[in-house]
Amino acid sequence: MRNSNSYERYQRQILLTEFGEEGQQKLTEAKVLVIGAGGLGCPALQYLTAAGTGTLGIIDDDIVALNNLHRQVLYSVNDIGLSKSETAAKKLNDLNPEIRIIPYDERFTTENALDLINEYDIIIDGTDNFSTRYMINDACVLLNKPLVYGAISQFEGQASVFNYSANQTQEKINYRDIFPNPPKEDEVLNCAEAGVLGVLPGIIGTMMANETIKMITGIGEVLAGQLFTYNALNNQVYILSLSASEESISLIPKNKEEFSKMDYVWLCSSSHPEFEIDTDRFNIILADGTSADIIDVRELSETPVVSEFGTIKIPLGQLSDQKDLIQSDTVIIFCQVGKRSLQAARILSGIFGNTKKIYSLKGGIIQWKKEQTV
Amino acid sequence: MPVNIIIFGQLTDIAGNSLSLEGIADTDQLVNKLNELYPALADKKYLVAVDKKVISGNTVLTSNNTVALLPPFSGG
Repeated sequence: MRNSNSYERYQRQILLTEFGEEGQQKLTEAKVLVIGAGGLGCPALQYLTAAGTGTLGIIDDDIVALNNLHRQVLYSVNDIGLSKSETAAKKLNDLNPEIRIIPYDERFTTENALDLINEYDIIIDGTDNFSTRYMINDACVLLNKPLVYGAISQFEGQASVFNYSANQTQEKINYRDIFPNPPKEDEVLNCAEAGVLGVLPGIIGTMMANETIKMITGIGEVLAGQLFTYNALNNQVYILSLSASEESISLIPKNKEEFSKMDYVWLCSSSHPEFEIDTDRFNIILADGTSADIIDVRELSETPVVSEFGTIKIPLGQLSDQKDLIQSDTVIIFCQVGKRSLQAARILSGIFGNTKKIYSLKGGIIQWKKEQTV
Repeated sequence: MPVNIIIFGQLTDIAGNSLSLEGIADTDQLVNKLNELYPALADKKYLVAVDKKVISGNTVLTSNNTVALLPPFSGG
């Protein structure tokens, strides 16, 4: 304890026998990075600051807007137009000048993610979009950092702690074990589109601070391996137990190089016109002898059988496991009508990043066969 | 005995908060049946949990199982 002033500041939590001076000391030494200083990030930051978390990093490149204030209660009218990370840092410093607060007024990207996360013990995901959420998840798995996850939609919230095991027998779970691939950004409405009750991120963000404090101080039970869900309309809490999935491991970049090549925004964007090739272009590639791997992602029993050109048969479900079969720099994927192949293209693009040119045959083999007989 | 289904998030806009279905043998059959009843569900991503355990493959359902369908949330 630095001084008697500190003791007085934290007295009410030090009084707790499970917490004590030892818990306070652990908090003082802890370094926590909060990604996104919005609806979830604000309450998490406020409680972590008040509790005396020694070092708090805040990364957000956004500015305060009037429509943030109903839920991001750290900010006030005078802050509109100002940097969220810097404004938050200033206000939190007023709340507790005894801790170190580091604002990063920049976007969280594959370029700065690993270096930033490396500097901290625990990461808090308070972001508002899938592409950043998957990026944070993958980076935390890669660097083996505990990740406190929270997300909200309208009246419902979710929370969990990833990459954390309370003991050696508990397996570590990550976001991809629950949702292996990101939905497209337009498939799930975000708060800006669907709305959110202002107190909901307050509740979930405060829970995220609580999970963080429990991990740091070693008290209680952490929400690892569980997905907590809360409904603010009927107060129903539903806690699901999670288990690791094989698919998850294959989707996460294996090293820093693979991570830096991932295009998370692309993974979540809904249309990929640059990605689909029509039958004419496909025939040109076939004819000009470009060495391309042509992958049939249909189930092995599906017809029509393709004998007109050489194929590698990898059903969609086995794509990640059998990715080593794909050797060429150009990859063309097809299925029956062109839907599974587009999904396969997304998966392969996640695995190979920009190292390969990946195409999906539009209209599938049915369309191709039809055009050959005309 | 029916299988009870609880629905979360924006999936409730499509299929309501809860329903129960008779004669469902496993989770694949359940998903197919739901897609038939609510075609808009077909292209949605969600996790399936049986009695509060998230499953990855097809899982046999017995009477009185409660199945939860939970979509990912992105809001923060």
